[in-house]
Amino acid sequence: MTMTSASDTAPIAFVRHEMVQAEPPPPSMVGMQGWLKKNLFSTPGNILLTAVGFFLAAWLIWQVVDFAIVRAVFVGTSGEDCRKSPDVGACWPYVQAYWKLFVYGRYPIAERWRVDLTGLVFVVLLVPLMIPAAPLKRLNVILFFLIFPVFAFSMLVGGWFGLPHVETALWGGVLVSLVVAVTGIVMSLPLGVLLALGRRSKMPVIRLLSTIFIEFWRGVPLITVLFMASNMLPLFMPAGVDVDKLLRALIGVSLFSAAYMAEVVRGGLQAIPKGQYEGAMALGLSYWRMMGLVVMPQALKLVIPGIVNTFIGLFKDTTLVSIVSIFDLLGMINFTRTDSAWAAPTTAMTGYLVAAVFYWVFCFGMSRYSMFMENRLNTGHKR
Amino acid sequence: MKTKFVTAALGAVLGFAAATTASAGTLDDVKTKGFLQCGSNTGLTGFAQPDTSGNWTGLDVEMCRAIAAAIFNDPNKVKFTPLTAKERFTALQSGEVDLLVRNTTWTMSRDTSLGLKFAGVNYYDGQGFMVRKSLNVTSALNLSGASVCVQTGTTTELNLADFFRSKGMKYEPVVFEKSDEVNKAYDSGRCDAFTTDASGLYSERLKMTNPGDHIVLPEIISKEPLGPLVRQGDDAWFNVVKWTLNAMLTAEELGVTKANVDEMLNSTNPDIRRLLGKEGKYGEGIGLSNAWAYQIVKHVGNYGESFERTVGQGSPLKIARGVNALWSKGGLMYAPPIR
Repeated sequence: MTMTSASDTAPIAFVRHEMVQAEPPPPSMVGMQGWLKKNLFSTPGNILLTAVGFFLAAWLIWQVVDFAIVRAVFVGTSGEDCRKSPDVGACWPYVQAYWKLFVYGRYPIAERWRVDLTGLVFVVLLVPLMIPAAPLKRLNVILFFLIFPVFAFSMLVGGWFGLPHVETALWGGVLVSLVVAVTGIVMSLPLGVLLALGRRSKMPVIRLLSTIFIEFWRGVPLITVLFMASNMLPLFMPAGVDVDKLLRALIGVSLFSAAYMAEVVRGGLQAIPKGQYEGAMALGLSYWRMMGLVVMPQALKLVIPGIVNTFIGLFKDTTLVSIVSIFDLLGMINFTRTDSAWAAPTTAMTGYLVAAVFYWVFCFGMSRYSMFMENRLNTGHKR
Repeated sequence: MKTKFVTAALGAVLGFAAATTASAGTLDDVKTKGFLQCGSNTGLTGFAQPDTSGNWTGLDVEMCRAIAAAIFNDPNKVKFTPLTAKERFTALQSGEVDLLVRNTTWTMSRDTSLGLKFAGVNYYDGQGFMVRKSLNVTSALNLSGASVCVQTGTTTELNLADFFRSKGMKYEPVVFEKSDEVNKAYDSGRCDAFTTDASGLYSERLKMTNPGDHIVLPEIISKEPLGPLVRQGDDAWFNVVKWTLNAMLTAEELGVTKANVDEMLNSTNPDIRRLLGKEGKYGEGIGLSNAWAYQIVKHVGNYGESFERTVGQGSPLKIARGVNALWSKGGLMYAPPIR
């Protein structure tokens, strides 16, 4: 009642009792449009960069698509078919004809199931190892790191249980790439950890030996290591003794990457505060328990990016074995492209495209998995 | 038996394998091993290349197969060790391979200072020129004023300069770092002629858009005799390699081919009878059976057949015989008589 009279007489007094509902931001600031404006078109300079970047990316992608699909030849029986038009693209029939050599190298055709089986067991053991929720981790680790190498060795090399011996000179392609990479990766981490501990050890002899080892291997290029192992070693060996060429390369690659790994791990060890060591010692833990239970888990977690970096570098370095005439995937492509039946303007390019995709898939996979592990092990130290 | 297995197993575990020793004769070692270890290229079109089932083929490869056929009567008793240019001589010196058939140019320094010996020439290579057919050029002497695509920093570049200077002709070199770049430039028409070793010209031609549009000119301006190498000081083995090549050449000269070698056994021609071991004991003289040359021709064929199949008209390369023809047909291939 009074309200009516008041509103009639008094000047309008308005008191808000609740907050004004926030207006939605202008359409130009939200959603797709807003994101674009904020990140890509905020200033004239950024607009220019965006345009240039966009066109560069579009051009690059188009080049690849154009080469690999649009202009490509998909069916054919010889290099003749990949030469039909003046600007022909990828010659896929060549890959089709040779993909088995890309995968197995010159491994005897009748024995290739052994490679398949080894690969299958590798995947079956590796996948649950990489999934944190998978059960039976301890068994899995034992199988993968202790039983599998023996299994893979006896399967691939043969000479046992009625399996014919297949000399490593016949191995090639993806098989060799993976054997070198996996051996290097699996050997380099434990060796690297031991070397890193050795270099920080209080025992002078161990420290000196570890330092010499690390600095020696870091001081020589991998090409030199492989070349020496492949060419000089046979001259020093007593006549009649010959260590398998692939084995020499494997040892070279493993020791080489172990030295790099040692420095990565040492970086992690240096980042662990002294209190952690003292705390562990105060609990009465022995050296190995202190390292295994307290220091290493923290140190290794810190240097996951560095470790994976070394792994990826090692994976790509496996192509260097082709300079000592071990035919890894790249070597196999370089070998098969000399077949006169498949000689065509784009044969080599097509092969290199296959190699690029292969290495990218593996390296990107490793990189993503390392990010997943980092996030999983993140305990709030991450900035 | 058990000990043998254990030894073999131990050897396999440690990755040790008995290798050839340079001490005893290589021929005896090869016979004991049961196979020939042949150093080959890591991939060279026409000379050592793969087929889709992973077997080695090519002119150099067939040379190794011929030696295996001469020793074992089986051209497949040979294992190939692919070697890069840098590795090849050490591999032979260290005994990793029994011989090297890897398109290696016979030069004085290699023959005399490496402790190795060339056992002959299985392909006379040399620098040549390739031009478009549409230019209507038939001889390198007509190339005056031409632009020539060439790989830089090679003897090829020097030979090119020497050739044009000695003929008093002008030319314009278009140089590139990599052979693939040279190829692309020539194919896209940036130069009139392309120069490298003749065998290389033919394989580069296959990578052109239209191989049929290009011809290799007959002039060869440098000497690149390619041949098999063995270690120095093992004359018995040297003889086996040398005479395998000679037997292949002799077979071609006498018209003995893979197809007719069995009929030829009944031939009355004394040269053929000596070649095929029906007369004389020439095979035993080099530590093989008297049917050694028969085995070579039966399994691999004569030199001409091998040439045509791997690099000649029977292959995509279609290299003309040229200087690699027999001496009787105007080429340089000449084998001393088997007598």
